[in-house]
Amino acid sequence: MIVSPNLNYLEEISENDISFQRKLIDIIKEEFPKEKKSFLKNVELKKFNDASENIHKLKHKIHMFGMNEGYLIAQQLENELRENKINSYPQFMVVLIRIENFLKQI
Amino acid sequence: MIKCIIIDDDTLARSIVRKFCSKLDYLSVVSEFSNALEAIPFVNEEQIDLVFLDIHMPELNGFEFIENLDNPPKIILTTSDKKFALNAFEYGCIVDYLVKPIKLSRFLKAIQKMELEAISIPSITDTPTTNELYINIDRRFIKIKISEIYLIQAKGDYIDIKTENKDYTVHTTMKNIANKLPTSNFLKVHRSYIINTKKIIDIEDNSVLIKKEVIPISRSQRSVLFERLNLLN
Repeated sequence: MIVSPNLNYLEEISENDISFQRKLIDIIKEEFPKEKKSFLKNVELKKFNDASENIHKLKHKIHMFGMNEGYLIAQQLENELRENKINSYPQFMVVLIRIENFLKQI
Repeated sequence: MIKCIIIDDDTLARSIVRKFCSKLDYLSVVSEFSNALEAIPFVNEEQIDLVFLDIHMPELNGFEFIENLDNPPKIILTTSDKKFALNAFEYGCIVDYLVKPIKLSRFLKAIQKMELEAISIPSITDTPTTNELYINIDRRFIKIKISEIYLIQAKGDYIDIKTENKDYTVHTTMKNIANKLPTSNFLKVHRSYIINTKKIIDIEDNSVLIKKEVIPISRSQRSVLFERLNLLN
């Protein structure tokens, strides 16, 4: 089951430093849509190697939101893309959409 | 002072490592780079003690970066991939390997590991190789045994050095004295206090008892102190 994103890790490393936590969230909010867009574009153009690079950057954010299952899916798709496969693409999209919705709430 | 740089193409990762570095007042982040290629001349020209290095980067990856250095400093790898771990230890300069997302406790362990291996790092060997320290009191240099110091306390422009036998007041800064003490035994636990960790009697909540003095520990340094002690939980 793909769990919902959470802020546990960010809260832990911020140690009540709210401005630092906000800074990290703002970076994610800025970078995530760009990385997602670039990933979708690369998949559409069948630039699978580039799409794999996009996932490499996205998966750190996925892990930071406590989505361990989502991280494994990302890793799986990252490896598949290097072999021009996209079997885990639908599952990965679920992960991205969950994060996208979560980012709208925080 | 350990001079370090952070190399990672991920802004988020750089911010987190920088934040962790700020927990240790003897770590100074002198620069950060999003591109390993740009960091090569900097590391070759500057006296850098430690590099936090991402492996997976465009243009030049972490391992290629190391191979392009004249004299690699100590390296702590930071990466999302565990699969590189085996390659990592083929390089003598690599001290540890941190998997993202990095936790503070794991980061501190890596620093501790680097300190244990730091004999070849110049800025650390700058700390005394002898067991004595000469302090300037009224234009006289008085010798004290470092092992006998149990507490140093900041008092405005002065510091109080407390030893087993006598207390001294010296006109200097906490930073200056910290640079003269071995990091293995001494720790700045609070803005105004450096303690000899070998002299601790007990620790309770956010304070430590040394001799008859109760010394406050700042929240950030509490975890650093605990990492250094042989704790039985």
